[in-house]
Amino acid sequence: MAITVNRKELTFWEKLYLPAIVGGLKVTMRHAFNTLIRRKVVTMEYPEQKWTLPTGYRGAPYLVKDQDGDTKCVSCQLCEFVCPPKAIRITPPGGTGLKADRPNAEKMPAEFEINMLRCIFCGFCQEVCPEEAIFLQKDYSLTALSRGEMIYNKEKLLTLGGVSPGIQKWKHKLEEAEAQESFPVKI
Amino acid sequence: MDWNFIIFSIVKIAIVVGVVQGMVAYSVLAERKISAWIQDRVGPNRAAPPFVKYIPVLGPFLTRLGIFQPLADGLKFMFKEDFTPAGVKKIYFFLAPAIAVIPAMLTVAVIPFGSMMGQQKMVIADLNVGILYTFGIVSMGVYGIVLAGYAANSKYPFFGGIRSSAQMISYEISMGMSVIPVLLIVGNLNLSQIINWQSGHGWLVMYAPLSFVIFMVASFAETNRTPFDLPEAETELVGGYHTEYSSMKFALFFLAEYSNMVASSAMMVTLFFGGWTLPFWGLDQPAHSLGMGLANILVFLVKMLFFMVLFIWVRWMFPRFRYDQLMDLGWRRFLPLALVNILITAVWLWARS
Repeated sequence: MAITVNRKELTFWEKLYLPAIVGGLKVTMRHAFNTLIRRKVVTMEYPEQKWTLPTGYRGAPYLVKDQDGDTKCVSCQLCEFVCPPKAIRITPPGGTGLKADRPNAEKMPAEFEINMLRCIFCGFCQEVCPEEAIFLQKDYSLTALSRGEMIYNKEKLLTLGGVSPGIQKWKHKLEEAEAQESFPVKI
Repeated sequence: MDWNFIIFSIVKIAIVVGVVQGMVAYSVLAERKISAWIQDRVGPNRAAPPFVKYIPVLGPFLTRLGIFQPLADGLKFMFKEDFTPAGVKKIYFFLAPAIAVIPAMLTVAVIPFGSMMGQQKMVIADLNVGILYTFGIVSMGVYGIVLAGYAANSKYPFFGGIRSSAQMISYEISMGMSVIPVLLIVGNLNLSQIINWQSGHGWLVMYAPLSFVIFMVASFAETNRTPFDLPEAETELVGGYHTEYSSMKFALFFLAEYSNMVASSAMMVTLFFGGWTLPFWGLDQPAHSLGMGLANILVFLVKMLFFMVLFIWVRWMFPRFRYDQLMDLGWRRFLPLALVNILITAVWLWARS
């Protein structure tokens, strides 16, 4: 059964628009007073003030170094293959190429490029990386004067990425190997 | 030929036009700032010419106030592409902004913005039919808008033009009617004489408050300001009558709107709030010294600024009237009210004499 809702007729006083006008004046006055005198501004003046980002924020992906200052990336190219917008391009060292910074690690990329114009900050690269060498960090404001500058190379990515200490898998492997030199194995 | 008259008139015209343009530029800034404050924002506070940051305290302060924003706005309008869409009716398209601006600028000609400076009356043209002239000129402003809507050859501007003409018809009459009590009381059409009468008897708003209310509402409609900004309802009509305009032509429409605001404020001050007079400090008599002359002009400007702020304030307070509500208000409320007002005033004057 349909329910009929009584629509109230406007009273004469309301039809004069006056209460509404006074109400409007009051509201706008209050807001203007709050912004002007009490400085309650809801906006943020961006380049000077910046918001604090929550943990887990997905900004630009950068390469990280371990606590010894060595490149963590081993050029396995998993991130390159998983990257949905194909923003990552890794040039492996090749047969006669660059040795890794770290002893016992097999290789490191000769070049590692992320095109930040293509990157969608999905975080797949971070997720897939077996070496914990790439992390989405808290940079969101990436600017440059040309498209070329927006392709970040290895050096730039490593500088921006900083150090991420963790379990040094390869160092551990090295120690293991060294231990095996002398029998019986101590570890 | 009276060379003295010609030279002084030209000087006065130059100054008044300059001041009105300046007020237009800065009322745009005021509009943005006040809207920002009402909406809990900061408003424009960045634009500044490069040398300003070397001025120690004042520079940053003025920049925060947005003092240089109108300069940037003006510059932007100058350098934008002046685009003429393919389908427009060229002649009318070019004519419309001019027709919108000229009446807006002409209205201030008869308004006495001060008493005397030396031997000069502070009014460009002291016409005997001041009010009639104003009404004649103001109602021409709508042609610019209608023409713009027609010339653009596009739906939305056309709607804007139609709305504007309908709105103008329904408000022009109540506006004219609302002033008649003032004329009855004063017995003169000359704006200077109206101010003189007010300096003797007190402000007319006390004699004809209803007239003032109707006049004010009608002038909101006349200047296409919210709550009656139907011709340029951004949310409904893209941009209204100036949708197809760009660059300086668009700026001219802007100029027209704000000049209309200035003119309406000036009219309200002149008709109802004693023009350049104040009832104390001897400011109600025509000035004999330059200082007092300046003080009179200042009084006028301050009163006018009050109404400018009111115009801006109201814009951020009310939602837009619906088309039929507007017609209803214009024809069925204000017109009878204005007529009754005339009757009452006439009877009162007759009973008193």
